[in-house]
Amino acid sequence: MSTSPASPRSRREFLADAGVLIVGFSLFPRASHASSLGRPPRVATAPSADALDSWVVIGRDERVTVYAGKVELGTGVSTALRQIVAEELDVPLERITWVQGDSRLTVDQGRTVGSGSVKRGGAQLRRAAAEARQALLELAAKQLNAPVSQLEIADGVVSVARDASRRLTFGALIGGGRFERTISGRASVKAPAAYKVVGRPIPRVDIPGKVTGKHVYVHDLRLPGMVHGRVVRPPRIGATIESLDERSAAKLPGVIRVVRKGTFVGVVAEREEQAVRAAKTVNAKWEATPVLPDAADLYTSFKSLATTERVVGETGDAAAALRSASRPVRATYRWPFQLHASMGPSCSVADVRADSATVYSATQGAHQLVAPIAALLGVPSDQVRVVFTEGSGCYGHNGADDVAADAALLSQAVGRPVRVQWSREDENAWEPEGPAMLFEMAGAVGADGKIAAWTYDAWTPTHGARPTRDPATLVAGALAAGNAAAGEFFSGGGERNARTTYALPNERVTSHPVPAFPIRTSSLRGLGSPQNSFANESFMDELAAAAGIDPIELRRRHLSDPRALAVIDAVAKRAGWTSGASAPARSGVAGEARKGRGFAYVQYDRTEAYVAAVVDVDVRPDTGSVRVRRVCVAHDCGLVVNPDGLRNQIEGNVIQAISRTLKEAVRFDATRVTGVDWNGYPILRFSEIPDAIDIELIDRPDQPSVGAGEAATSPIPAAIANAIFDATGARVRQVPFTADRVRAALRA
Amino acid sequence: MRELPTATIRIRVNGADHQVYAEPDTPLLLVLRNELSLNGPKFGCGLGQCGSCTVHVDGAPRRSCVTAVSAVAGKEVITLEGLGTPERPHPLQQAFIDEQAAQCGYCINGMIMRAAALLASTPRPSRDAILSAMDANLCRCGTHMRIVRAIERAAGGSAASPTGREG
Repeated sequence: MSTSPASPRSRREFLADAGVLIVGFSLFPRASHASSLGRPPRVATAPSADALDSWVVIGRDERVTVYAGKVELGTGVSTALRQIVAEELDVPLERITWVQGDSRLTVDQGRTVGSGSVKRGGAQLRRAAAEARQALLELAAKQLNAPVSQLEIADGVVSVARDASRRLTFGALIGGGRFERTISGRASVKAPAAYKVVGRPIPRVDIPGKVTGKHVYVHDLRLPGMVHGRVVRPPRIGATIESLDERSAAKLPGVIRVVRKGTFVGVVAEREEQAVRAAKTVNAKWEATPVLPDAADLYTSFKSLATTERVVGETGDAAAALRSASRPVRATYRWPFQLHASMGPSCSVADVRADSATVYSATQGAHQLVAPIAALLGVPSDQVRVVFTEGSGCYGHNGADDVAADAALLSQAVGRPVRVQWSREDENAWEPEGPAMLFEMAGAVGADGKIAAWTYDAWTPTHGARPTRDPATLVAGALAAGNAAAGEFFSGGGERNARTTYALPNERVTSHPVPAFPIRTSSLRGLGSPQNSFANESFMDELAAAAGIDPIELRRRHLSDPRALAVIDAVAKRAGWTSGASAPARSGVAGEARKGRGFAYVQYDRTEAYVAAVVDVDVRPDTGSVRVRRVCVAHDCGLVVNPDGLRNQIEGNVIQAISRTLKEAVRFDATRVTGVDWNGYPILRFSEIPDAIDIELIDRPDQPSVGAGEAATSPIPAAIANAIFDATGARVRQVPFTADRVRAALRA
Repeated sequence: MRELPTATIRIRVNGADHQVYAEPDTPLLLVLRNELSLNGPKFGCGLGQCGSCTVHVDGAPRRSCVTAVSAVAGKEVITLEGLGTPERPHPLQQAFIDEQAAQCGYCINGMIMRAAALLASTPRPSRDAILSAMDANLCRCGTHMRIVRAIERAAGGSAASPTGREG
């Protein structure tokens, strides 16, 4: 059996040309670049979800190449998905080569969004791997002259039971050949009890490269002949150009061209620092019509802009129940615009030629980006190839798609590969923001100690505006056209977890979409779920406090799902929750922190992961400062594929949620976003992290895996608010919980 | 077409001497990345605010995005690549692997470079000293707990962690 590291060059001969595996300048000599990138890939047929050969290719060298439509966004999912394939195919994990998110090579598994990669993407890969395993067994049965029932399969070798001499490796069975087989879905998959790889804390495959500078991000690509582009930004889409000094910029050393298309203005230069200088020298002046409301009027503007409403869920007669309640509780909550705020501003490299366009992008949807890029360039879609190349963590729809369009336009203009690196200001001002939300809640607890009435009304701009076929859904296309097109609307984004999972007899949950708002918004981690859960779980706490009931107990009275109760009980036990209603004292010793503890529970998207959290805080009443000291989380997302990867995700969700809750809000004036650096958009620092994040994973091998990329964010904001109340008696209802807001709540 | 900047600057990076052509005020970060193909240091803000671009200059952590290349002439620059490789990682890099202390990993260059400088001057830092030293660096994925653990591990401190591996 061969263990040569040479690439499989049989069916997927074009692999070496594909770019994905060879673009790392530091990994490969310049020569291999020049020789391989010049030729277009030879592709016989487009990948098809039904065809096994579209998913798995086994080389004579025993390498198993897997083609995945779902991509690595920094969550570790490419390791988890490898585990699933390695498990089902009985092949060592390190023998798997991973190709991801290439519009020409991989099956379109849909965008990598909504914590769906393991749940949906993993299920597809499992079926493909199981089919491949079945095919290999059948091939071996013929060649070894033994029935499948007498065959054993392990570590990429099929052998006859009790006759170790009769064995064939996967490479010997099919190396270099095609399966020519449809995925029937009938190949048996392993029982979870038999798992050896799934369920183990396998170290992530990408981390050694990431801690040594060897991992190749899209930011690190260098194509032969590549030059550097920058885009000159107006205050907003639709602003007209008043003046522009193209001539001075064009005369600078190294400048290749100043590109103008409508209000899209970009520069291309030989060297990166030359492009930066040229973009400044262009010295563009734009018309600056005030289009944004005063920050103080933001939420009232939502109410006047929303003209329709949608009842998300209704039981009984909430209005009547509220009218007859003896002590109704009402509360208004507010959540600001927030940023994905990726550490690395978005970057892309595009190579647009006369008859082809290749775009390297950290996009969440390589396949979905093809059509708008093609339309932007005015070329047929089959000439455009989008190759996912990992970027900085995105946490949703950040600038990755937009910068790809910038690079494509500039590359087309100069006929050379162009790398565009957004500045920090570009990123903060132009990424599609997570929308602000306004909530009005009302409810009451009846004499029986249960919730008698519950109403929810929320106002929010769209949480989903992904690129469509219309290039004006990308910033470059919108600037070229002079106005933006509506992106792909994801219904339900703002309504995610609008309705709780509590059984409420008189409930009315109504959403009020804000149809158009001058700030461009789209999907940020969790979409509406963290915000909705902030309102719902804060209000739950307010009802409990008003009725004098322990906050966990009040929730338990409205839940029957054993998995919900299990995470709640687990976190209460782990945190040492002491029953009783919050009875905070408002007085305190000056200069001393008051301690408090808050609880919240969410089942993500009502059908996904169960998460319960207890947060301990210190609040300084004199300064208003809040410090999260400890977070306990109990988490059930079904079968756990990689427990350490899952913990990493939960910790990340918790930290990011603390940051969003305590610190983050997009600042803007009448014309533009103004919080364009890390001082203007501060995030959590090391000195502000909790002392401990204590996680209990509830593994459910008998239940399908659901996503974990977003769920643990959702309960944290309310748990912090509830802890502040427990500490001080002050209810903070507007995010972020800045010191000023906390002091104001203490005075209220 | 191509107009090379006139200035020639000699810099010493990871133990090797290089002659680079760049305007003297070019950020060191761009020279390291674009001229020397060192991808460890990352562009995060260009403002010296986030730390993703951190390198060592004569042993001290420096923001290479706001350091002019001319300012390091005659000095010793070390990048993440100069610490170790996947095959022979520096103890701190190994600790980050052992603690799985990365998500997207974009900030990790700065975390390791800053922590390496800390441990060089303070081999057994307290947790507070670690938090204080790392406060200048930002991470968006929320990997902070693991980063702290990795630094503690590399310092030979307790590997037992408050976040726990149990459960």
